[in-house]
Amino acid sequence: MSAQAIQVDGVSKRYGARWALVRTSLQINAGESVMLTGHNGSGKTTLLRLMAGLTAPSVGALRVFDRDVVRERQAARTAVALLSHQSGHYDDLSAAENLRLHAALLGRDTQAIDELLARVRLRERADTPVRQFSAGMKKRLSLARVMLKRPKIVLLDEPFGELDPEGMADVETWIAEERKAGTTIVLATHWIDQGRRLSDREVRLTNGRLV
Amino acid sequence: MNATLFATLVAIVKKDLLIEWRTRARLSALVFFSVAALLMFSFALGADIQTMRDHAGGYLWLGLLFASVLALSEAFRVEAENRALEAVLLTPADARAVYLGKALANALLLLLLGALLVPMMLVLYDVGLDGPLHALRLLAVVALGVFAISAPGTLLAAISTNAKSKDLLLPVLLFPLLVPVLLAAVKATALVIAGDPMGDAFTWLSLLVAFNVVYWALGFLLFPSVVDE
Ligand SMILES: Nc1ncnc2c1ncn2[C@@H]1O[C@H](COP(=O)(O)OP(=O)(O)OP(=O)(O)O)[C@@H](O)[C@H]1O
Ligand SMILES: [Mg+2]
Repeated sequence: MSAQAIQVDGVSKRYGARWALVRTSLQINAGESVMLTGHNGSGKTTLLRLMAGLTAPSVGALRVFDRDVVRERQAARTAVALLSHQSGHYDDLSAAENLRLHAALLGRDTQAIDELLARVRLRERADTPVRQFSAGMKKRLSLARVMLKRPKIVLLDEPFGELDPEGMADVETWIAEERKAGTTIVLATHWIDQGRRLSDREVRLTNGRLV
Repeated sequence: MNATLFATLVAIVKKDLLIEWRTRARLSALVFFSVAALLMFSFALGADIQTMRDHAGGYLWLGLLFASVLALSEAFRVEAENRALEAVLLTPADARAVYLGKALANALLLLLLGALLVPMMLVLYDVGLDGPLHALRLLAVVALGVFAISAPGTLLAAISTNAKSKDLLLPVLLFPLLVPVLLAAVKATALVIAGDPMGDAFTWLSLLVAFNVVYWALGFLLFPSVVDE
């Protein structure tokens, strides 16, 4: 079989009258790390959400490890984790409770949670409701959730935003580790220097088109 | 390995009940709202004890219905707030199990509310019961009714969270669908309160059971297409 992790085939995505993505084709090999750049509104988030199967393409198709993200949604999603602009947390629950929920859904034991919270430097705040977290702390918790899944493909939508320098360094270290471990990475970011250090190649979007 | 359907259902129920517990201030506002509704109905009716007794079941269900709309839209507000439901579905959790979990948690919440409202109703509308068995029968009717409200309510709340005017859309979609449920629940409640001399309550209860089967099955089947764009 092909060593293709993600295959984007002539995909266009329309929101109302606006085309967010136009005839985009892209192949990403397993183990590859790709940086996705482009100005605000160029379609980076849209492309990542399509890859995760969270939104269906208006035209074209996407495959993740040879599974169609719409028709074989469950199977395709098993391979993927997405760090997105939205935190994905339940604000009324604590950091640990949010992770415990996801561990239960993933069928993982909860042993790793303490370690993960330490890794993102939230162990002291493990029992604080997420509503009382700062923006950067929420981002760290989202990262811990992505780490918990240990997916074959990591989709990162601006992972450096909102983080302090220490947090950014932590994320860089983690991405570098994942890269070494053979995880496929798609990294959408405006932090060009960090992105270049962490990726094999760069893909640029302008007004929903690959250039 | 991903969680089974059952494990997912349990995780979602636990999560929702935990959120209810953490936000119990909101919960007590809901209780206060339904008690106030019962009080208002009794004021509106005036002092005719017999009329109040005759219609006690109807007012109980109106109170529960209004409270359920508030509870259901709140249950999906927490899902939409940070796109938390999306994160859950990405794990990838089976959307059908997520539906069953949320609908069950909503039903349990309404059942708790019902258990609090029934004694209020007995006092306010001067309804007497003969012993604990009679009370248990009444609670069984309440349970069947709230489960029949929660199943379509959870599905429609999921549909309306993405709409612009969600607070209006939910009751507009839900109330017509619940007319038969409400009718059966009110009849059964009235008969059980009156002691059911002719044994007619059974017919209405069977109808409630049938509504439950249909609505839970529909929700189970349709929920995935509602949450996946
Ligand atoms: N849910 C939506 N409804 C309507 N239009 C949308 C929606 N999401 C995105 N768009 C539009 O699609 C286009 C691409 O948006 P997208 O979020 O993918 O950009 P982006 O490259 O991620 O930008 P940023 O760098 O600001 O994160 C924009 O024109 C935006 O207005
Ligand atoms: Mg974006």
